[in-house]
Amino acid sequence: MYFTSANFLLFFLCTFVGYYTVFRRVQWQFLLMASLVFYAFSGWSNLIYICVTICSTWFAGRQMTRLRIGQEQYLAGIPELSKKGRNTYKAVIKAKLKKWLVLCLLFNLAILAVVKYISFVISSINPLLSVINAQQITSINILLPLGISFYTFQALSYIIDVYRGLESESSLFKFGLFVSFFPQLIQGPISRFDDLKETLYSQHKFDSEEFQAGLARVMWGFFKKLIVADRLITAVMALSDPNGGYGGVYVILNAFFYAITLYADFTGGIDITLGTARMLGVAVKENFSRPFYSVSIADYWRQWHITMGTWFKDYLFYPISASRPMLRLFKWSQKSFGGGFGKRISVYTSTMILWFVTGLWHGAEWHFIVWGLVNGIVIIISKELSPLYARFHKRFRIGDTNGYKAFQIFRTFWLMSFIRIFDVYGSVRLTIKMYLSVIFNFDWTRFITNGPSDLGLDIADYALIAIAVIVMVIAGFTHNNRHMEFTNVKPILRTVLIASMVFAVIIFGIYGFGYDSRQFIYNQF
Amino acid sequence: MDELLKILTNMYPDVDFKTHKALIYQGVLDSFDIVSLIAEIDDVFGIRIPPLEIMPENFNSADALYTLITRLSESEV
Repeated sequence: MYFTSANFLLFFLCTFVGYYTVFRRVQWQFLLMASLVFYAFSGWSNLIYICVTICSTWFAGRQMTRLRIGQEQYLAGIPELSKKGRNTYKAVIKAKLKKWLVLCLLFNLAILAVVKYISFVISSINPLLSVINAQQITSINILLPLGISFYTFQALSYIIDVYRGLESESSLFKFGLFVSFFPQLIQGPISRFDDLKETLYSQHKFDSEEFQAGLARVMWGFFKKLIVADRLITAVMALSDPNGGYGGVYVILNAFFYAITLYADFTGGIDITLGTARMLGVAVKENFSRPFYSVSIADYWRQWHITMGTWFKDYLFYPISASRPMLRLFKWSQKSFGGGFGKRISVYTSTMILWFVTGLWHGAEWHFIVWGLVNGIVIIISKELSPLYARFHKRFRIGDTNGYKAFQIFRTFWLMSFIRIFDVYGSVRLTIKMYLSVIFNFDWTRFITNGPSDLGLDIADYALIAIAVIVMVIAGFTHNNRHMEFTNVKPILRTVLIASMVFAVIIFGIYGFGYDSRQFIYNQF
Repeated sequence: MDELLKILTNMYPDVDFKTHKALIYQGVLDSFDIVSLIAEIDDVFGIRIPPLEIMPENFNSADALYTLITRLSESEV
């Protein structure tokens, strides 16, 4: 059930009415039921996967809490125990906690690996087997449960936090709601239990201010998705057709169009998520700031898909960097290569591992992995060049000027756009071919003759997209997406603005009878 | 404390680490710097900072970081 479908609107209307009326005293229980119904629309069998994740993670969390309580009671019962004795006992309990953590992580990652990566592994191994004339492995096709990467990571963040000291949730059903809360189930944000538990489980009275703010945010999401993303994706698909002959200048156009499409699609989906949650009184964390105003790639990744970035930073990058092998690598590389670059080798190794996994998380295909590694390489190069930049800024005194900042934003936007096209061409080989065509076969003539007119969109479509993009740029320039909840304007103006967005979406949105609004791009991850 | 200040000053000579109280919140130190510091602290002090201690409050100032190092060196487990 896509957010942009009539089914979802009907589903949400029923949920919303029931939530504040008949089921107002059992709101979180009702939300859990609604979330499971929502997920069942993606296929009954998918419910099994999410229920297994919920039950296994909850059980492991409870076992950890049981161990901690047992430890406290044991130590309180024998205050005369020596410091050494206490330490020994704590070490035993810590080892048991770690066993539950590892078991839970491996179990849930194994599910993710089997459903998401088994085909990729087989298709990557088979060419190697054919080299040695060994028998090929039969491919297994398992339908990927919707949002599995998102809800699995959300559940894993919980169990790691419990291992680190968070008190586990005693109610299986409350925990089930945390993992399955329907607005964020299929494309995030990836919330933390500590951030969501209060707002998710407490009683909410209908609040017209919150409702209007949520509705405005939802309409802003529909505006971006239905007017911009679902329209411009037609041109992106035409440009990405390997048989379309759209190389050279069209690659630059494709990078530009895809940047706008993905932004409108993903942030639009998140706007709908945050808006629907807010209408239910639930405050979900922001997932974007202003990524296209970033001055560097590292800055971009602090503003794009924030909850995924912080997940990888907190649960992968820091633990890897602080691990014994990496600390040993630091000592060795410092001794071998000196105190400058030698000191940074371990950090860069962690960075490349992080981006390899980030690429893999996005999809079980080589182009995602290469995309991740390219991000890591560019970030490392930027870090290595930063002293040079600093000297340059100092020498020419341009570091703080608006002109230079505009240049940095322009540079980051295009750098990210060119890295991102690994995703749009869907093949490493094709992407490299397209890069090369920009250098060796720019091909102005076709573009000058046809422009972008043979990409499935007419002049009215481009005009509409241009106007909508200007609105998005102004919204981004003045503030981030939260600004579009219109909480600081007079009620009458807010009503007018929301109504304008409703009309804009109805009149200019891509939908209608027989039209199947497109899946959100991030749903597939 | 002097050794810690030396590590920090080597990273950013222009920053006054004795007085700065918002190294993370003001973006003086990023995640690269944090993991570099963790490795340096392990190397110099022999203290391994566990991932759960990697939070802004512990890295926001030299004082906070020194308190963390002291606490970890005295901790039971």
